[in-house]
Amino acid sequence: MKRQRQSKLFEPALVKEAFKQSFIKLDPRILFRNPVMFTVEIGTAVMLGVCVWILMGENTQGSFAYNFIIFIILLLTVLFANFAEAIAEARGKAQADSLRKTREDTPAKLIQPVGELYMDEIIVVSSSKLQKDDVFLCEAGDIIPMDGEIIEGIATIDESAITGESAPVIRESGGDKSSVTGGTKVLSDKIKVRVTVQPGESFLDKMIALVEGASRQKTPNEIALTILLAGFTLIFIIVCVTLAPFADYAKTSIPISAYISLFVCLIPTTIGGLLSAIGIAGMDRALRANVIAKSGKAVETAGDIDVLLLDKTGTITIGNRKATNFYPANGIDENAFIKACVLASRADETPEGKSIVELAYSRGVQAVTPHGEGHNVTFIKFTAETRSSGIDFENTRIRKGAFDAIRNLCKQAGNNFPNETAEKVRIISSNGGTPLVVSENEKVTGVIELQDIIKTGIHERFERLRKMGIKTVMVTGDNPLTAKFIAEKAGVDDFIAEAKPEDKMNYIRKEQQAGKLVAMMGDGTNDAPALAQADVGVAMNSGTAAAKEAGNMVDLDNDPTKLIEVVEIGKQLLMTRGTLTTFSIANDVAKYFAIVPALFISSIPVLQSLNIMGLHSPQSAILSAVIFNAIIIPLLIPLALKGVAYKPIGASRLLRRNLLYYGLGGILIPFIGIKLIDLVVAMFV
Amino acid sequence: MKTNILPAIKLTVFCMLFFMGIYPLLMLGIAQLAPNHGKGFMVEANGKKYYENIAQKFTDDKYFWSRPSAVGYNAAGSGGSNKGPSNPDYLKDVQGRIDTFMLSNPGINKSDIPSELVTASGSGEDPNLSVQGAMVQIPRIAKARNMEEKDLKLLVEKNIEKPLLGLFGTEKVNVLKLNIELNTLNK
Amino acid sequence: MNTEITGIIFIFLTTLVLSYPLGKYIAKIFSGDKTLLDPVFNPLEKIFFRLSGIDASKEMTWKQSLVALLVINAVWFLLSMFVLMCQGWLPLNPDGNPSMTADCAFNTTISFVSNTNLQHYSGESGTTYLSQLLLMLFQFISAGTGIAACAIVFNALRERTADKLGNFYNYFLKSCTRILLPLSIVVAVILIFRGSPMTFDGKDTTISMQGDTLNVSTGPAAAMIAIKQLGTNGGGYFGANSAVPFENPDYLTNIVENASIFLIPAALVFALGFYLRRKKLAWMIFGVMTVCSLILIAPTVYYEMKGNPAIEKMGISQPLGNMEGKEVRFGPAASALWEITTTNTSNGSVNSMHDSSMPISGMNAMLGMMINAIYGGVGVGFLNFFIFIIIAVFISGLMVGRTPEFLGKKIEAREVKIAMIIFLIHPLLIMTGTALASGLAAIDAPMGWWYAGNATGWLNNPGHHGFSEMLYEYTSSSANNGSGFEGLGDGNPFWNITCGIVMLLSRFLPIVGPVAIAGLLAQKKYIPESSGTLKTDTGTFGMMVFAIIAVLVGLSFFTALALGPLAEHFTLFAK
Repeated sequence: MKRQRQSKLFEPALVKEAFKQSFIKLDPRILFRNPVMFTVEIGTAVMLGVCVWILMGENTQGSFAYNFIIFIILLLTVLFANFAEAIAEARGKAQADSLRKTREDTPAKLIQPVGELYMDEIIVVSSSKLQKDDVFLCEAGDIIPMDGEIIEGIATIDESAITGESAPVIRESGGDKSSVTGGTKVLSDKIKVRVTVQPGESFLDKMIALVEGASRQKTPNEIALTILLAGFTLIFIIVCVTLAPFADYAKTSIPISAYISLFVCLIPTTIGGLLSAIGIAGMDRALRANVIAKSGKAVETAGDIDVLLLDKTGTITIGNRKATNFYPANGIDENAFIKACVLASRADETPEGKSIVELAYSRGVQAVTPHGEGHNVTFIKFTAETRSSGIDFENTRIRKGAFDAIRNLCKQAGNNFPNETAEKVRIISSNGGTPLVVSENEKVTGVIELQDIIKTGIHERFERLRKMGIKTVMVTGDNPLTAKFIAEKAGVDDFIAEAKPEDKMNYIRKEQQAGKLVAMMGDGTNDAPALAQADVGVAMNSGTAAAKEAGNMVDLDNDPTKLIEVVEIGKQLLMTRGTLTTFSIANDVAKYFAIVPALFISSIPVLQSLNIMGLHSPQSAILSAVIFNAIIIPLLIPLALKGVAYKPIGASRLLRRNLLYYGLGGILIPFIGIKLIDLVVAMFV
Repeated sequence: MKTNILPAIKLTVFCMLFFMGIYPLLMLGIAQLAPNHGKGFMVEANGKKYYENIAQKFTDDKYFWSRPSAVGYNAAGSGGSNKGPSNPDYLKDVQGRIDTFMLSNPGINKSDIPSELVTASGSGEDPNLSVQGAMVQIPRIAKARNMEEKDLKLLVEKNIEKPLLGLFGTEKVNVLKLNIELNTLNK
Repeated sequence: MNTEITGIIFIFLTTLVLSYPLGKYIAKIFSGDKTLLDPVFNPLEKIFFRLSGIDASKEMTWKQSLVALLVINAVWFLLSMFVLMCQGWLPLNPDGNPSMTADCAFNTTISFVSNTNLQHYSGESGTTYLSQLLLMLFQFISAGTGIAACAIVFNALRERTADKLGNFYNYFLKSCTRILLPLSIVVAVILIFRGSPMTFDGKDTTISMQGDTLNVSTGPAAAMIAIKQLGTNGGGYFGANSAVPFENPDYLTNIVENASIFLIPAALVFALGFYLRRKKLAWMIFGVMTVCSLILIAPTVYYEMKGNPAIEKMGISQPLGNMEGKEVRFGPAASALWEITTTNTSNGSVNSMHDSSMPISGMNAMLGMMINAIYGGVGVGFLNFFIFIIIAVFISGLMVGRTPEFLGKKIEAREVKIAMIIFLIHPLLIMTGTALASGLAAIDAPMGWWYAGNATGWLNNPGHHGFSEMLYEYTSSSANNGSGFEGLGDGNPFWNITCGIVMLLSRFLPIVGPVAIAGLLAQKKYIPESSGTLKTDTGTFGMMVFAIIAVLVGLSFFTALALGPLAEHFTLFAK
């Protein structure tokens, strides 16, 4: 379903490009940004110098062939690291290229007010000429030239170019689904769109810049890790520099190649070489999940989320509530009641309102019109204050709304609220339904039942989140009773019932004050402040421009459960760095046991007791260690790109697991690897 | 910074008063209640006083010898040999001590010599020997003093200092006390 | 069972058991709760503070605390330099000992101010009674400084966001008067009644049974021995330290002194648990420390009791074990236990000569100092452990996919940077120091003013062991330990000055660093634990810390240890 999800790690075209880039990246000015690999490059250069020196007649440094092999292996080490970074970038770039195609110049039908009559005239310009706030027209078959907001009309749009989703979506002016993205295609109808971004700042542009690494900045954790790795590198500089006088004291002469080999083996080249690849791959994974992160930091923060705010509708329940039953009050004719319901819903454009009309039709109630249509008919819109809507005509006032809203209405008019209706309301609520009470002239006539359908499998997803240590909060406009029922049924930890936009905001603030990191998803303009306040705000691509501007990620699929994936991607990113760092450092143990006895074989033969791997000769030992050090980088590229699998099994168990795999494994694997390589190398030296 | 200097100096002065003055004086006062007024334990023999815990040099065949001292039994300049276990010169020294001991103690088995008799103590003032270290010297002393070996053995056994509470530490004899008793047994 | 073994098990366990209630008491002092000794010390401290012009109730930021700490240490430095360089004509000099040379005074001053107590002089002849008393003062106040720094870090780790972290002077004085002093009095009294001298009479001259003249040094030793052990100072009254019968007369005093070595450092771990109400965390730290120390103690005891194979070959028996440099009344087992505990804790007092112990023992002693956080020095031991925790938290946080947190505070780039720098200082000082000395020894350089003669002259042993001597000296200096492979000729400008610099840097930077990290953490927002937070009080995290300690220290020092003690060991045990 999703574009390129299953693409292979090493596509030949990408490998070729990465191969080229590995050499370009040898440029010290580029490599300087990676201190670990930069020191390896310096070591390589020194070895090249030594080789030349030997050719010029120096004879204390061992054979030319041996030194040259060391030089080649070191060069390969740097190239492998460059390759890892390049392949990650190439994969990103491949995505970007496919996106870029959609950005190519498309004709735009710019609408310009002309003449004194302000008649609109349409002129066709290149999409690159469009400025913010320009208005353009799109008809069936047109490619939308620029990101914008529909100001007039409704259309079905094919967004597969961006999301890979082939099913068309409906976008219309007003409301929360007014946003269109440049590069998508209008399938039917006609819309007027106002451009919302400056040229070069569209989402596509941002996305491309991001995956190409142009705007890639190091994230805080990455900076901290780089410091740690620099620290390790310094330790090994100390170790190698001090080894010279130590060796003098032990009356041992150590050739330059051995110092450099020891140094390169000890510094954390494995993680140093893969670090930037891991970062790029993390962004890439987010992109593959059809999420555009505005920064790498946002992805990383996602892994730290403690609280997740989810809208009930669409996330926990399928679509919107639907009317499922009419319950007229005692003494009210069912048919008349249904008619009243239809009347009250005529102006109600919400999905609930529409579903009431649909249900009525299915019950055989035909279209009804209020008496004297066109005269004294007033539609009463829903407001947060009255929490009811309805219709006034002639002498009839029909209202439908929340239980307490209608009750207040009736009480104010001096009418009783019938007990059996109150009982019905309670029953509906406690079954997770939403009761809508209908009144006619301030007298209760009955209850409409609306039901939510909880998505299958959502319970398991929340269970998984709980195991990750994330608290889920359902946000809903429902009354507390209904909300509680659905919350329990879906397995969320908390809920905000009868939520107004500022409730979300307050909830986020409260959690943040307690030190929690909060993520939320939203699409409407009124979500924008909360999206901005949240530590991770994921805006739906279909949402308003304001929402997209406020969030720090945009979900192209408009899939509200996407947050769960985003959190896992964030965690994977950190874990991959952590485990490979551990692995890299743990590897050093075996390398010490390979190289140190080899250095002192002639002067301190008893140190052969440390040669626990039984390596063939000093030269083969050093070569094996250096070769192992080099080839482990490409071997780990798939892991770096795919990320270490995250399992929600609790932090302590996860640590134990990773410590066992990457810590203990990191100690043992090189012992085996170096020994195997030595067996091969021994055949040649 | 400035605001800290004066308080620091004053606080230091009071600390000096307290920890250099009152504390040691208090201890000095308590020491007056201790055996020998806190001047170290003494043993008396023939009207002479010796420091019980300070090793003396014994070279005469008729005495139990103390452990070798790297500082010539100088209790005003304590110290060990600080020789490493693999140092060839040191090992030569030990070999020399073994040879000397074998010469002065004819008839004993080399394997009966416990290592503390031929290695220098840490302080250079170790007043003790292991029981074996005393026993192995008995034939020589018996000969020098014309005594029965069995009496000497009894003497050593009488002087064995058991581990603390019989549970903790080593079993040992105090060479000085042993030699004092030896003198009272046989002039 | 062998009474030597039961003896050391008794010492080890008793100390750890005692450290628990002591930790509770220390926590009370840090939080200002009521204790038994209030009636004595409350008025006394009030007078101290009023006359010094210090408002002990005024809380300080971490920076203010560090400034106060550094200033008072600078005052002590000047005071000590003056007294040591003028001791010859200052009072309390019954033996007429001379004043110290400038380089020796520099070394001794730093050594005592920094809680190291490396002694490049001999106690009996190098100092006067006044100097000894002054050094004893430093044994209190330098230990008090360390505990105060630790208290500031404890305060910073509480569950809240704060700038002000208690008052340095308050922590400092209370540590001296309420923790160190009462315990010192108890220990000193035991020592006095078991035969340690406590007198101001001069050197005694006696005649031995064989008629030789025997000079015997005495002095106010018992008072100093107590605080040297309790404050992890280690600077003995007599040259051969606690091997000397006057300083450590019998097995009972050995138990008391050895227990005093790591009693307060272990207690501070429990104090952390009580103070922060995080007992599980304290048990985790305590567990890691205890496992580390057992790993170092066991082989040391084994090799010391096994004896020297080179002597074995000579045909004599080694019923006790390796006895060179050891005292019969302690035996090799108790000497081995002491050797490891004294080096683990930055104490540095000795009851046997480490230079003469087996290579593995020497290596384990050095490892203890290289880690420098297995219980560690009073106060500073925990600070060093804190650095390891920060690094472990950071790496393991990444490994579970969450920005690392410790006690509800995020560990970020700045903290990692400081932690890494502080960790780096130790290998940097030890390895470069040893590289300098061994490089000079390798070419047998003439040393001029720095040392009378050529460089190899300062070695008391050749080959690998000689290398170990130099390595040990810098390790001991950098760990603020103060013990030595005493054969090394260190009483000269070269060693006085280089070790002095090492001690100075390695004392104050590792105090400044952790206090800064803690201060920065304290200012951060407190994040309550969630089920996604990596718990730091579990066995799993304990394993992680242990692995970090083992790998970091192993990787940093492997080459040096291979060329020194390991090479000697393999030579000695070669078939």
